[in-house]
Amino acid sequence: MSYPLTRDQHLELYYYMKLNRMLDEQLVRLFRQNKVVGGLYSNLGQEATSVGTAYALEKRDWIAPMIRNVGGLLVKGYKPADILMQYMARYDSPTKGKDGTSHFGDLKGRHVVSPISMLGDLVPVMTGVAIAGRYLGQNIVAMTWVGDGATSTGAFHEGLNFAATQHAPLVLVVENNQWAYSTPVAKQVPIHDLADRAKAYGIASSIVDGNDVVAVYQATKEAVDRCRAGKGPVLIESKTMRMKGHAQHDPAEYVPKKMFEYWEARDPIARYEKYLTQNNLWDEKTKSEFAARIEKELEAALDVAEKSPFPPPELAEQGVYCDGCHTIEAEWKRSKKEVTPPQSSVKPEWEVTDFGGFDLASTMTKQSAAAGANGGNGAKSSRTIAAAQKSAGKSNGRPEKPKVPARVPFGRGPKGKEGRK
Amino acid sequence: MAPVTMLEAIRQAIFEEMERDPAVVAIGEDIGVYGGAFKVTAGLLERFGWERVIDTPISETAIIGAAVGMSYQGLRPIAELQFIDFIACCFNQITNFVAKSHYRWGAPVPMVMRGPSGGGVHGGPFHSANPEMYFVHTPGLKVIYPSTAYDAKGLLKSAIRDNNPVLFLEHKFLYRRIKEELPEDDYTVPIGKAIVRREGRDLTIVTYAAMMHSSLEAAETLAREGVDVEVIDLRTLLPLDKETILQSVKKTNKLLIVHEDTRTGGIAGEIAAVACEGAFEDLDGPVLRVTAKDSPVPFSPPLEERFLPNVNDILSAARELAAY
Ligand SMILES: Cc1ncc(C[n+]2csc(CCOP(=O)(O)OP(=O)(O)O)c2C)c(N)n1
Repeated sequence: MSYPLTRDQHLELYYYMKLNRMLDEQLVRLFRQNKVVGGLYSNLGQEATSVGTAYALEKRDWIAPMIRNVGGLLVKGYKPADILMQYMARYDSPTKGKDGTSHFGDLKGRHVVSPISMLGDLVPVMTGVAIAGRYLGQNIVAMTWVGDGATSTGAFHEGLNFAATQHAPLVLVVENNQWAYSTPVAKQVPIHDLADRAKAYGIASSIVDGNDVVAVYQATKEAVDRCRAGKGPVLIESKTMRMKGHAQHDPAEYVPKKMFEYWEARDPIARYEKYLTQNNLWDEKTKSEFAARIEKELEAALDVAEKSPFPPPELAEQGVYCDGCHTIEAEWKRSKKEVTPPQSSVKPEWEVTDFGGFDLASTMTKQSAAAGANGGNGAKSSRTIAAAQKSAGKSNGRPEKPKVPARVPFGRGPKGKEGRK
Repeated sequence: MAPVTMLEAIRQAIFEEMERDPAVVAIGEDIGVYGGAFKVTAGLLERFGWERVIDTPISETAIIGAAVGMSYQGLRPIAELQFIDFIACCFNQITNFVAKSHYRWGAPVPMVMRGPSGGGVHGGPFHSANPEMYFVHTPGLKVIYPSTAYDAKGLLKSAIRDNNPVLFLEHKFLYRRIKEELPEDDYTVPIGKAIVRREGRDLTIVTYAAMMHSSLEAAETLAREGVDVEVIDLRTLLPLDKETILQSVKKTNKLLIVHEDTRTGGIAGEIAAVACEGAFEDLDGPVLRVTAKDSPVPFSPPLEERFLPNVNDILSAARELAAY
């Protein structure tokens, strides 16, 4: 499937990527001036993945970012000043200085779950967000990103398995940026395509050129639509590259120079600039206007950030518990009556179809060949979403109930003794 | 011999033990080619090869689980947690599998789990933890938290040679901040023995790790005010050296406990109980505690400074106690 973008959308995608890039550069400068507190994790080279994936979502959808998803946060409505202040540990930052990096969120407004450092833990969490959204009738999609490294964690596997059994509307973006700290992906996982992890969970997957923002957008949009149609979770593998060390302190000497050169030639922003020019979507003037506009925005953001004070020390002990400071209310998008038993359409009984006569063929995942989800950018986005399961589920998001000729009774037959021998 | 940092002392302990005993192996994330996130394992791979210096995927449960399996084969694995905070990811393996192994079926687990812990470096809520009490509350483990380079090396060697699972906590604030000359010869420091760092008559401070240095500093100030403080460095939290604590309390009659871990359920509570049970008649004042606040470790510098106990906190608690 193809999802055409308007010129404005194209330019918006560019704006976010360029903003992401220039903000990153600004943060590096601030780090060198000792104004960043703690570590700095650059997203250099991964802008297309962060921005392209988040851009496929709607306002009601939820995300949980990882350290390299500043681009996604910008798309979700965070301002550069928020990110600067967070890294600079200021009082007006989204966490008021209690946490740093991309560790912030916003439940009500932007639907962003704040990550923790423990890798993989967001997969089960976003599964929970997704299935709650289904229960509440919100028709939302939950999305999170994990690195190639994080796919090794137990939480990743447990979360994905659960999402699959639940048919949860979860889009899991695996950012295969080739390195986890100093560990190359080949030392991290024994398979070539991380998308293949999806097979074990019987869910759909796709592989996308992560440096091609249009391809990323297309693949994600397809996944999002699929989720919204109740067809279960999708894993997208984005092949990209971390163009710096793990964080500022790491010179990444373990990365072969040739590898950097290879990916440098595929820089997502330079590529998109070329694409915009070739497709007559802009001219040199628009291009330089973008750079000037963003530079101004970032200057203003820095001004805001620098003016923000450090938090008052007393804040350290405050807020460990919610003492009635929040009212907690679920956001129902359909009437409670519809979903509260006994109105629930989910029957509280199990129906068991057969005992061992397992139909393997019908549950196997087939990875179909791609029908070009790339945006005409000359990029390879090699696979598109496969029809995951034949019984992918009805549009209400619940797995289809197995078709049973008659109920198999346990112990007591439906009509008294009849079932017994 | 030039003085070495605590980090280098730990590196030497691992290196020398691997030289001494081919059963000692190292396992963890980025420990080989990269030499560890803090460079504690730098040079190990070159010297001992990939079969003994094992780079792993990001799988704490796999790291700890595999280390147990290796120790069942008679090896002595040293498992690194990149930041000690990630130990939470393998809590089940450690508390249920590792710690109960010998008790349940007589299978010893001669492994060491080690990693950088503690705050003071603006690492935020997930890179600054002091997780000791989850594990001090787990029979079957030993928990070590040294404060000097000499002790770090000697205790780590003991831990590696110990037939039990040992959690070895390394305060990252001390990694490069303290330096000491170390003996040229092989030496060990016994597990389970506290040390009197400073002798005194008026008041006992029981402490460990980074707070040991703050306590010593406070003791010097107090000495000028005429209060003679005894400072005990626990070094090992499990098993706890009750004898040294009680001896000191019986001498000074006053007890202040200082730790960087949070207050509620911290080891200070346990030590207070030890003092009450074993030296109640000798106490001339309440047992006082100086600890971190009961909150996660905050990120922003002013917040973290407020959260962590400091020399002034120790001074005011000690003065209050001395006035009794
Ligand atoms: C459970 C866990 N173990 C270890 C770490 C320490 N750590 C932080 S980032 C990182 C590498 C992450 O690699 P990857 O998941 O590929 O993401 P990338 O940094 O490449 O974006 C490691 C090992 C962690 N955060 N969480």
